[in-house]
Amino acid sequence: MDLIRVRNVEKKYKNGVTAIYDLNLAIEKGSFVFVIGGSGSGKSTLIKMFYREEKPTKGQIIVGGLDVAKIKNKKVYKLRRKLGIVFQDYRLLPKLTVYENVAFALEVIGAKKDEIRVKVLKALEDVGLKNKVHNYPDQLSGGEQQRVAIARAIVNNPKLLLCDEPTGNLDPDMSMDIMKVLEAINKNRGTTIIMATHDRDIVNKMKKQVITLKDGHLVNFKQKGTYNNEAV
Amino acid sequence: MKPFRMLSRSIRDAFKSSIRNFSLSLASISCITITLIIVAIAIIASFNVQSVTKELEEDLTIVVFMDNDITSKEIEKTKNSFSKINNIESYDFKSKIDVKKELQKESEVLGTVLDGWDEEESPLKDTFQIKVKNIEKISKTASEIEKIDKVSVVRYGEGMVDKLISAFSSIQKVTYGIVIALILVTVFLIINTIKLTISARKREIGIMRLVGASNFTIKTPFIVEGMILGIFGSIIPILLTTYGYLAFYKHFDGHLFSEVIRLIKPEPFIYSVSLIILVIGILVGMIGSASAVKKYLKV
Repeated sequence: MDLIRVRNVEKKYKNGVTAIYDLNLAIEKGSFVFVIGGSGSGKSTLIKMFYREEKPTKGQIIVGGLDVAKIKNKKVYKLRRKLGIVFQDYRLLPKLTVYENVAFALEVIGAKKDEIRVKVLKALEDVGLKNKVHNYPDQLSGGEQQRVAIARAIVNNPKLLLCDEPTGNLDPDMSMDIMKVLEAINKNRGTTIIMATHDRDIVNKMKKQVITLKDGHLVNFKQKGTYNNEAV
Repeated sequence: MKPFRMLSRSIRDAFKSSIRNFSLSLASISCITITLIIVAIAIIASFNVQSVTKELEEDLTIVVFMDNDITSKEIEKTKNSFSKINNIESYDFKSKIDVKKELQKESEVLGTVLDGWDEEESPLKDTFQIKVKNIEKISKTASEIEKIDKVSVVRYGEGMVDKLISAFSSIQKVTYGIVIALILVTVFLIINTIKLTISARKREIGIMRLVGASNFTIKTPFIVEGMILGIFGSIIPILLTTYGYLAFYKHFDGHLFSEVIRLIKPEPFIYSVSLIILVIGILVGMIGSASAVKKYLKV
């Protein structure tokens, strides 16, 4: 079954730049997909449209049964509760501990305290940070901070995890750690993962599905793809 | 109890935030305090003007003197014509004899003088005392009455009344204007001060949106915070108006300049003014923070 369906989508920004031209895609439930392409290829725009930070100017995007373009600003939270998002810059709250940062995602949607405790500890275990629950973000390495961010993204058991350059700020070893965590989440929780990246090594090592974008056009969508220079 | 849990979380966050950003909170509170003091003074002035105007209106009557040779039939006819004038609320007839008795009661000297005349040559006239509905139209009503048959003279203390009424109504309009302008200015200032506290928490709001908090959940702590600021901001103005007005009332013995301008009794009055100030403070705080946070809820 398809979790995401993209039909004839075009995205034109207000300044006149067109980021995506006539895109058609279907992403299956439980898959692990890389979105690759150079700067300005439209991969970030595509990810942003999945969680409706941006709306498509034309066409239709269905995420988990919701028509993203038709969601009103007030109702966006309904979509966001179905997915987790991880960014290059982690976006943690510096004044909260690791535990509180992850719990924050459940608190704001009104979960019960004992439920929060169970889910947060499970998520932190999944990313391998159970021994650092009481630390503050600035006491952690970049890789650890990113793992906190991943824990926060998966704590609500979303069907979909969107990652926008999650390894962009990390060295190769830490990046591989993050990729292992993501792969485990994909396998154990069955979470669909879509990850935008320009890290060639990661894509080539992981052998996952690869969507290649160039200047806003879909170049190809391969099952066990690699990152080759001709395509990008 | 999910809504309850969310609400208590909002209140807790609001208190935390107003303490954490103490200097900014203090700025907002003092800004609310200063404007509320002026608003309170304006409200007290405006209520007093209103009450004085109302009392004057109640006291004011048109006195109509009829011709000397009027018959009782013609008096009935005059009463009929009164009922045709819209602005007349009620009238009270006093015959020559009633007037005589009244005057005799007031002074003995006058009494003996009046006794000197018999019914026919009495200089006294049959009179009507008329109360009007709308005091601003009193001169028009007076001239209408003048046109009625057998009416000799109409008196209502012309010049003085007209001036007083127009002065009061313009004072009232000005105070209303001041109150509204002050409230708008306060809202504007609050929006700006709260914007400062909120921009410090922009990141937090962004993350809340990303992890799926509804706008309502995000907004509520800020609105509660605005309410708290409003409540704290209205404490000093309430104390000041309560004790200030009591002292003012006592000092002037309940009236200003002359017996005509009576002040409103402080007892229930200061309580309702305090309540109005508190409500204005809370509303201003709420509206201010609600519109300040709006900007960040669009991502």
